[in-house]
Amino acid sequence: MSVVVQPPGAMDEVLSSTRRIRAALGPAARANRAALEKRHPQVFRGDPAGRALAAAAIAGLVALLGFALWRFEFSFGRIGAGIGQLGHFLTLMVPPSAGGWPRVWLFVHALGETVAIALLGTLAAAVLAFPFGFLAARNVMGLRLPHFLTRRFLDTIRGVDTLIWALIWINVVGLGPFAGILAIMSSDFGAFGKLFSEAIEGVDTKPIEGVRAAGGSRPAEIRFAILPQILPVIAGQVLYYFESNTRSATIIGIVGAGGIGLWLSEAIRTLEWQQVSLLVLMVLATVAVIDQISARIRFAVIGERRIET
Amino acid sequence: MPTTLPRPPEARLAELARAHAAAMRSQQRRTLAAAAVLAVVVVAAAVFAGVDPVRMFGRIGAVGDYFGRIFVFDGGPFAGRPVVVAPGEWMWGLGHWAKLIGDTLLIAYAGTIVGAVAGFFLSFMAAKNLGRHPVVRIAVKRLLEVCRTVPELVFALIFVIAFGLGPMPGVLALAIHTAGALGKLFCEVVENIDMRPVEGTIATGGSWWQTVRFAALPQVAANFVSYALLRFEINVRGAAVMGFVGAGGIGQDLIEAIRKFYYADVSAILVLIIATVMLIDLVTERIRHRLVDGEIRA
Repeated sequence: MSVVVQPPGAMDEVLSSTRRIRAALGPAARANRAALEKRHPQVFRGDPAGRALAAAAIAGLVALLGFALWRFEFSFGRIGAGIGQLGHFLTLMVPPSAGGWPRVWLFVHALGETVAIALLGTLAAAVLAFPFGFLAARNVMGLRLPHFLTRRFLDTIRGVDTLIWALIWINVVGLGPFAGILAIMSSDFGAFGKLFSEAIEGVDTKPIEGVRAAGGSRPAEIRFAILPQILPVIAGQVLYYFESNTRSATIIGIVGAGGIGLWLSEAIRTLEWQQVSLLVLMVLATVAVIDQISARIRFAVIGERRIET
Repeated sequence: MPTTLPRPPEARLAELARAHAAAMRSQQRRTLAAAAVLAVVVVAAAVFAGVDPVRMFGRIGAVGDYFGRIFVFDGGPFAGRPVVVAPGEWMWGLGHWAKLIGDTLLIAYAGTIVGAVAGFFLSFMAAKNLGRHPVVRIAVKRLLEVCRTVPELVFALIFVIAFGLGPMPGVLALAIHTAGALGKLFCEVVENIDMRPVEGTIATGGSWWQTVRFAALPQVAANFVSYALLRFEINVRGAAVMGFVGAGGIGQDLIEAIRKFYYADVSAILVLIIATVMLIDLVTERIRHRLVDGEIRA
């Protein structure tokens, strides 16, 4: 899908012109509908077979949804009561407050910890996944079996959610941010391995031929022909994952793997709604700031290219 | 076919090497500076997060230990032997777990559908080319942003208190997050449509609803379905952990097995989750490829 960037103001122009068209032509077209229907019957008839198929698909989807809602005991009474409760919580959330400065500092420290977890976890995953990217790339790894096994291995790791990894790592290294770093590292390792190998498979072969023609060895091919092509792509992907990991790092604290999530789940469980709203606002602000910074760096590294994830 | 190139004279080589070094110097300096900044940030983060390298390497052995342990029976007639010797004993709870995994898939499905429908309507309101009122447009954009930035598990925690334990808060939490994420993607698709059909519909007297239905929808439908399927894949993973906070699905049993050190159960449930996720990924990928191919042909 290509992205067309409209110059500023162009859309407004189109809109105002379409409004003019509507005002001028709309009533005339409507008045003439009978004649139009007679002249272009196929347009008004439509496509009955396609329509029946679409209706059947939608009916199936709705039926499955109905089954799910029935099975999970959805009812208007329950939803109404729940929404009433939520409204009540919302009124208790203002104004956001931590209930004292010492607690504010605790929150700020926990938020810093969350960002640190995301950063270290993402970088560790990138470093670990780097060699595996080459192993899983078809053009570097000539043999089929190692390529296939590496791919399946990465898929398996990717199938486990960050939060499950966090629980497992807590059992191994104990509660705290270190388990969080390892959790982010594990789940991103699978994703990075796949993305890196795709980047390597997509490289231009001409530089490789050039190095080979100049008498370069296999490692020289990788160093001077492949690396310069993939490093900007990899840097972009790592930054993108750092952004999204700041979000997921907020929740691994819920199971005890460090960061702001611990305070957030604690505040929710003890119904300290003012603290909840403050914590959520802090997370939103941090994520926005990091998005801005990393978007800047990303554009500086890779130019205006879009990142496929 | 290897060929030998004539080697240039030494003086010429030295001159070339010097020119190369001069050309590379500024780039190298920039790379070094970036590496130094990164190193400082990493060390600062490590100190902040309390990472102790000594303790870290001391625990590395425990990693293999844990993974060795979850694939060995820790009790019963097969105690001490690897789980593969008695698959029936290993998967003793298969019926119960399969039902919970079915629930997990249903939670993901319901959350995706409800969220996609909400995102669908919101995206047309937020799109620059079809949104009717700038104030509404910006308000909807901000709403979508909040919905997708707050993690679904945080919504789930709050909803569990408001709606009670069970899959229902899980579905609602996934739906809200999905509405935010899909609303944004849908909005980008809508903003890139060809405007000529829109103008045509408006010129023949179509209302806003008719414009969306007859001019925009045919252009975006395949893309929307593809994005929704992708989101479903993500939501299956998300629904698998909803049980951690009491919001239904397989997560409840998994967290219990991990917390109570039922090692063989942990591996059994993990294997089931991974198999399910892979299967779903495979199926949705097929459908998505077909949709994209159909779009190219059409």
